[in-house]
Amino acid sequence: MDYQWDFSGLWQYRGLFLQGLAYTIGFTILTIVSGIVVGTVFALARLSGWKIVTIPIMVVVELFRCTPVLVQLVWCYYALPMLIGIEIAPATAAFITLTMYGAAFYAEIVRGGIVSIDAGQWDAGRAIGMRRGQLMAKIILPQALRRMVPPLVNQSVLQLKNTSLLSVLAVPDLLYQGQLVTSAIYRPLETYTLIAFIYLAVLFPTTRLAHWLEGRRT
Amino acid sequence: MTGKAQTANGADPMIEVVGLKKSFGALHVLKDINLSVPRGHVVAMIGPSGSGKSTLLRSLNLLSLPDAGCITIGGHRMDFSMGRVSMRDRDLAAFRAGTGMVFQNFNLFPHMSVIDNVMIGPVSVLKQDKATARAQATELLAKVGLAARADARPEQLSGGQKQRVAIARALAMKPEVMLFDEATSALDPALVGEVLAVIRQLAEQGMTMILVTHEMAFARDVADTVIFMQDGFVVETGDARQVINEPREAATRDFLSHFHGGLS
Ligand SMILES: Nc1ncnc2c1ncn2[C@@H]1O[C@H](COP(=O)(O)OP(=O)(O)OP(=O)(O)O)[C@@H](O)[C@H]1O
Ligand SMILES: [Mg+2]
Repeated sequence: MDYQWDFSGLWQYRGLFLQGLAYTIGFTILTIVSGIVVGTVFALARLSGWKIVTIPIMVVVELFRCTPVLVQLVWCYYALPMLIGIEIAPATAAFITLTMYGAAFYAEIVRGGIVSIDAGQWDAGRAIGMRRGQLMAKIILPQALRRMVPPLVNQSVLQLKNTSLLSVLAVPDLLYQGQLVTSAIYRPLETYTLIAFIYLAVLFPTTRLAHWLEGRRT
Repeated sequence: MTGKAQTANGADPMIEVVGLKKSFGALHVLKDINLSVPRGHVVAMIGPSGSGKSTLLRSLNLLSLPDAGCITIGGHRMDFSMGRVSMRDRDLAAFRAGTGMVFQNFNLFPHMSVIDNVMIGPVSVLKQDKATARAQATELLAKVGLAARADARPEQLSGGQKQRVAIARALAMKPEVMLFDEATSALDPALVGEVLAVIRQLAEQGMTMILVTHEMAFARDVADTVIFMQDGFVVETGDARQVINEPREAATRDFLSHFHGGLS
């Protein structure tokens, strides 16, 4: 291989790359937050034990866990509007999909964290007269959260990676901007290498952090 | 001396249990339990493993909901004769708040300091302000001999210290009744004495208590009444010395014959 690498042409598009990175990180943070919120609601609803809510939630969770995100994205953007008769903007479709996809996994993490807490903690809280909500907020969740941090970070790393799929809906994330630049300067090797490095630069420290948190747990 | 002084006044019982039943699936664990404990009395509950002692204690504090029967503690009544359909979390919590419970495995809250463990009941359930709760918690920790460990984490304490914190946490709710489920069974033999001393002190101060215990000598010396349970029934009830020294029932005698080492 005597390919002549030339990254010089990319510099002029630094604004585009930064904008793409901002979209990627913005979408990641937004859908991590919304995903954890929805996931926690799912988890608490499932723990309530009422079949009327647990069964629909289990169905939704399995739907999102057992289909590819790309299929979900495309379905939400092209198929869902036909069902409900309302146009959905690409960014909205992306937000809904990534939120629900994240929520499906976060729900299991949160539920697992909660049920891992010793039943004796519930007994002790009830014995001093605490109500269910108080017990959850002050005794169970604070302890469960510590155990949940490593899997939550891991899932959030995946969440960031999944935002690269937004480019298929023409949401201007990092990968989408890369495609634009490539078509302008015909340097796909350099462009996509740079894109990969930017993802690496963001995610490597994050996964290290997750490892560190995991190690600190015991 | 023991709590025997203040008792036997014939007034309304502090604890009254009528027709209590509890099953786990097909397993009938409590079969028609009737029980009456006068104010200030100390009751020791003994019996073989699986006889339903823990289940009875947990039912008294509604940690296990009975299938039938009626429980009255300090004038507050919980009636399960219509089943337990209408039991609301709020009512259960209010009933439980009046009864302290101490568990075999301490069940301290590991993410809180010792003093926060003792304060959380008064602050979050009784809505006491923090300064008052802290002052009271400090007093209670001193009472159980742990004033110096207020800011420690539960994991830094010995088993005996943990159990004393658990007792202080229960007392912080100013309960009328204390329930102890094998409070010393998870402890090193060397640490049993310090916990029993706290329980004995409570007895002397007139606390109404039910203790599930395997410490027969302690039961005989501190309790007013001993209840022997077997297979979900109360087989024998009587004066502590009588039941332990001269049991009437063959089953009680048989059970106690395993404990002669502990009866000095
Ligand atoms: N939550 C539960 N679900 C099903 N069965 C239970 C449950 N709790 C207790 N049991 C069963 O009820 C019976 C009585 O248990 P319990 O714990 O009340 O006995 P115990 O007298 O306290 O025994 P030990 O001296 O071993 O503590 C046992 O057969 C036990 O397996
Ligand atoms: Mg037991």
